Amino acid sequence: MVDTPMVAMRGVQKHFGSLHVLQDIELEVARGEVVVVIGPSGSGKSTLCRTINRLETIDAGSIEIDGRPLPEEGKALADLRADVGMVFQSFNLFAHKTIRENVTLGPIRVRKASKADADRRADELLERVGIQAQADKYPAQLSGGQQQRVAIARALAMDPKVMLFDEPTSALDPEMIKEVLDVMVDLAKGGMTMIVVTHEMGFARTAADRVLFMADGRIVEQNTPDQFFTNPESDRAKDFLGKILKH
Amino acid sequence: MDVLIDNADVLFRAFGVTLKLLLVSGLLSLLFGTVLAAMRVGPVRVLNVAGTVYVNIFRNNPLLILLLLLFFGLPKLGIHFSYFNLNVLALTLYTSPFICEALRAGVNSIPIGQAEAARSIGLGFTQTMRHVVLPQAFRAVVPPVASVLIALTKNTSLVSIFGLLDLTARMKGLLNDYPSQLWWIFIGIALFYVVIVELISLGAALLERRWRIA
Repeated sequence: MVDTPMVAMRGVQKHFGSLHVLQDIELEVARGEVVVVIGPSGSGKSTLCRTINRLETIDAGSIEIDGRPLPEEGKALADLRADVGMVFQSFNLFAHKTIRENVTLGPIRVRKASKADADRRADELLERVGIQAQADKYPAQLSGGQQQRVAIARALAMDPKVMLFDEPTSALDPEMIKEVLDVMVDLAKGGMTMIVVTHEMGFARTAADRVLFMADGRIVEQNTPDQFFTNPESDRAKDFLGKILKH
Repeated sequence: MDVLIDNADVLFRAFGVTLKLLLVSGLLSLLFGTVLAAMRVGPVRVLNVAGTVYVNIFRNNPLLILLLLLFFGLPKLGIHFSYFNLNVLALTLYTSPFICEALRAGVNSIPIGQAEAARSIGLGFTQTMRHVVLPQAFRAVVPPVASVLIALTKNTSLVSIFGLLDLTARMKGLLNDYPSQLWWIFIGIALFYVVIVELISLGAALLERRWRIA
């Protein structure tokens, strides 16, 4: 089953009231592929990302993860979410738990790992993202960049099949963006399947296999980063790139 | 002053009754109030509605009416409780909606991202509530819950009408027997309540301090 795409969205539609935020979304993401989603704000890119683990429901169409359709609710949905890592714009670390506890909560409660195993794995992951020294602190004691790297470790602790990043650097001070992007580039090189909503064009150029450009709820254009940035086809993309790459 | 010293044993026994009533109905209210709050914030529509209806009925009626209803109504249905249990039941039914609403406000004060992050690592609704949302909500609701428990302390005085010899019942008895020492009796009884309320406030302050760090 090498051909089964890791993520498959077919005919996906979503409305917020009268606003048609996702229109006829067709998307397949292959195993190990890194897809960067860009587009103006309000284009539906965050919503697209959030529908993939059903933090947003869809009105029509289908979404499959590794060949399995997204369950409606309950245990089956929780099981699927455990396989889909998510990193949020606002980090969303559990404020009342230490850094290590943030990383071990899922493995202990969902994967039923022993505390000792979970702790060991957490320390490995925290070391990998460069936060091991802070393992006993609370999220509020860390900088934004550090918190986001913990959030990545927390997602990785579940051994996800695919990782979703919803504007992971948009809430960060400029000097902290790089430390988070470095971790993400490492992940991409390590073969993780990733869907990344971002404004970081540098990351898209370095790490993406494919760039997806969204506007008004549609996927307007998709291409390799090289082609997309040097040779955008649609007027919307040209206009967007013109605005963000001028300075 | 003599009236308080001469009747110290009676007063302390009455203090015990009030305290026991408060502890039992307070704990049950916390428990049932938490269940109600979970019903109201949970994803199951039927439970949402049931929780809302319950809260509105029991919060909107005076405790005295509820006590009367249970005291005279339950025996008619063939249900018999001891005075103590009946009063505990009334106080719990009445207090849990207030606990529920305080908790619900606490839950709503936790950013939605906390629950989303919990769900995104595969925790179910119950686990999300238990491990992520409620522990944080509890911290936020210590002051309002303390207020509810303080109100409960004073509400226990109503049971004196319904056969329990708590502080307030004893006060009435003493007033009959020692009408000339009226002020001492008032002050003495009030002091007992003040002690309880101060203990609750102190407990709340300690909890707040202990939980503040995180």
